[in-house]
Amino acid sequence: MPTTTYIDAISEGLREEMRRDSTVVCLGEDIGVYGGAFKVTDGFIEEFGAARVLDTPLAESSIVGMAIGMALRGLRPVAEMQFADFISMAFNQLVNNAGTLHYRFGFKVPMVVRCPSGGGIHGGPFHSTNPEGFFFHSPGLKIVAPSTAYDAKGLIKGAIRDDNPVLFMEHKFLYRRVRDDIPEGDFAVPLGQALVRRPGKDVTLVGYGSTTGMSLEAAKILAEEGIDAEVVDLRTLVPMDLETVIASVKKTNRVVITHEDRRRGGIGAEISAEISENAVDYLDAPVVRVAALDTPVPFSPPLEEYFLPSAAKIATAARRVARY
Amino acid sequence: MASTTEKPPILDIPDEDYGDISTATMLDLYYYIRLAREMELRLINLFKQNKVVGGLYPGYAHEATTVGTALALGDDDVLLPLHRDLGAQLARRQPLKYIFAQYMGKVDSPTRGKDGNVHLANPELNIVGCISHIGAMFPVAVGISYAGRLLGKTVVTMTYTGDGGTSIGEFHEALNFAAVLNVPFILVVENNQFAYSTPTNQQYKVKRIADRAAAYGIAGEQVDGNNAMAVYAATRRAVERGRRGEGPTLLECMTMRMMGHSVHDPAGYVPRELLEEWKAKDPVARIERYLLRKRVLTPADVKDWTARLQREVDEAVEFAENSPLPQAEDAARGVWAEEGPAKSLH
Ligand SMILES: Cc1ncc(C[n+]2csc(CCOP(=O)(O)OP(=O)(O)O)c2C)c(N)n1
Ligand SMILES: [Mg+2]
Repeated sequence: MPTTTYIDAISEGLREEMRRDSTVVCLGEDIGVYGGAFKVTDGFIEEFGAARVLDTPLAESSIVGMAIGMALRGLRPVAEMQFADFISMAFNQLVNNAGTLHYRFGFKVPMVVRCPSGGGIHGGPFHSTNPEGFFFHSPGLKIVAPSTAYDAKGLIKGAIRDDNPVLFMEHKFLYRRVRDDIPEGDFAVPLGQALVRRPGKDVTLVGYGSTTGMSLEAAKILAEEGIDAEVVDLRTLVPMDLETVIASVKKTNRVVITHEDRRRGGIGAEISAEISENAVDYLDAPVVRVAALDTPVPFSPPLEEYFLPSAAKIATAARRVARY
Repeated sequence: MASTTEKPPILDIPDEDYGDISTATMLDLYYYIRLAREMELRLINLFKQNKVVGGLYPGYAHEATTVGTALALGDDDVLLPLHRDLGAQLARRQPLKYIFAQYMGKVDSPTRGKDGNVHLANPELNIVGCISHIGAMFPVAVGISYAGRLLGKTVVTMTYTGDGGTSIGEFHEALNFAAVLNVPFILVVENNQFAYSTPTNQQYKVKRIADRAAAYGIAGEQVDGNNAMAVYAATRRAVERGRRGEGPTLLECMTMRMMGHSVHDPAGYVPRELLEEWKAKDPVARIERYLLRKRVLTPADVKDWTARLQREVDEAVEFAENSPLPQAEDAARGVWAEEGPAKSLH
């Protein structure tokens, strides 16, 4: 069985960066002595001390605001949102402050905001969301969303080494369910590169974070029915590697875009528009999206299951597209 | 009708009691205060000539507060001025020509026309410009001070708020963070008795905003914000407190907004008597009187200074007027650090 879980990969990546570079500093609620709500920074305070693994008072706006200040004055802060949902409290700091500082003043703002996101864990409306869509729409913020343990480690390192504010969307459902064999030693995944996880010729399934795994599962189901799906994992949402997406669509001529964030005005809509602007002549079927409902995230298991995308829902959409 | 009359009279530290402020510092205060006043008046003229792009939010009559506070910082300290803090930018030696170019949306402004009015930074001078959203710079300042500590340096940070800005959540958050972290952070409240049209009795119920410091377990002080010497002395105490490791200070400077919220606001909601009362306390006349009495200045000096300041302002305005407007396509550039210059404070 592969050895490293997705969550341990994040911890490892973070720990290695803190060892490599003394300007990397973590801050957030309960990340020090307690090691974080999900234990990503477990044991960090013993190794790096309380000043670099800073337990803050409870106020996301000021956690992110402080991180901006730290980044301006020569550090590389990694702020943790206890749950991605609470990033709404820091919306102004990210959208209006962090995202505009280089454009207006030429300041680099090398900071990462870690966001434990996503559903499937029965967290209800306020502990399950995927808030990336709000920030995807805003200038100056990079967004990454790993789907594998390898990428979780490589992308946290890539995000920390980047000179821009980066939102690191780490998926809670994947934390202990996804594992990889990760090579020893230092490696970073550069931001802005998508990856074809499974080559195929009949239909492209584009996803990121949790929907990459669902798409791979859907591809297996579809293979048994004679449909050969190609799975593109975006990995980075901003800046997005549209070249890889468009190349795949030009090859398969059919595409299903998937995400766990809500459907309306979501990232899938943007990708769909890019495809129609750049590859409409190659399309043999409408572009179809599989995403969450435009409702709050419901709590009870059958409701949440209905709300979320799944391998079965992706397979259904792909069948429709393939047979169009 | 004015709420402000219900508050206790503002402190007026006797004119002689300023500790050991050197003659050089007194002259610096005077120079930057007069320069700020000269620029405020010139900007209003330029606005009337349609040469200022967008709005103009005068810092007229706030000069003693903005200059007196900013001058008390050292070069390694970091200043985060707000919308009325032209004087603070000047005291930090932000070049005049940049300020005029910025107001005119010209390419030679430090933002290359990307932002307006006094949303000005200068990495070399350790100035971070503000965003419009009131309160947003408070925690940023706390983070800068904290970074200084981790990098082995005492970095005092100072930012500003009006009376209005003290109602926003980050006022509480940042003072509390700064208190808990015990960082050298100074929050200057420019209490000019109005937030746009809203008087202070509709904003808070404590007698003095400085009294809120007690709620955070930090130092709080109220000074006469039109008395440059008093402001400077109080700020220096706050800076020294920070350097000694005694944490943040909430410094409330009492002043009066003598013009509208912006140039387009006739401010009919401000009682005339209040304006009359504060006109007599004008900060420029005040420091001038003091320096003349102390014989730090002579009436002949004052005349010389006037000519010198006008010359400086004329030159800066000329520079800005001759600066070209930015290339339109530049709008699409510069969001990402990769595009440069990717600067930091130091
Ligand atoms: C969060 C936010 N809300 C509203 C505004 C619009 N606004 C700009 S200045 C101002 C009044 C500010 O009053 P005060 O803090 O007392 O500062 P003053 O202008 O009097 O110096 C308002 C409402 C803003 N800039 N930011
Ligand atoms: Mg005010």
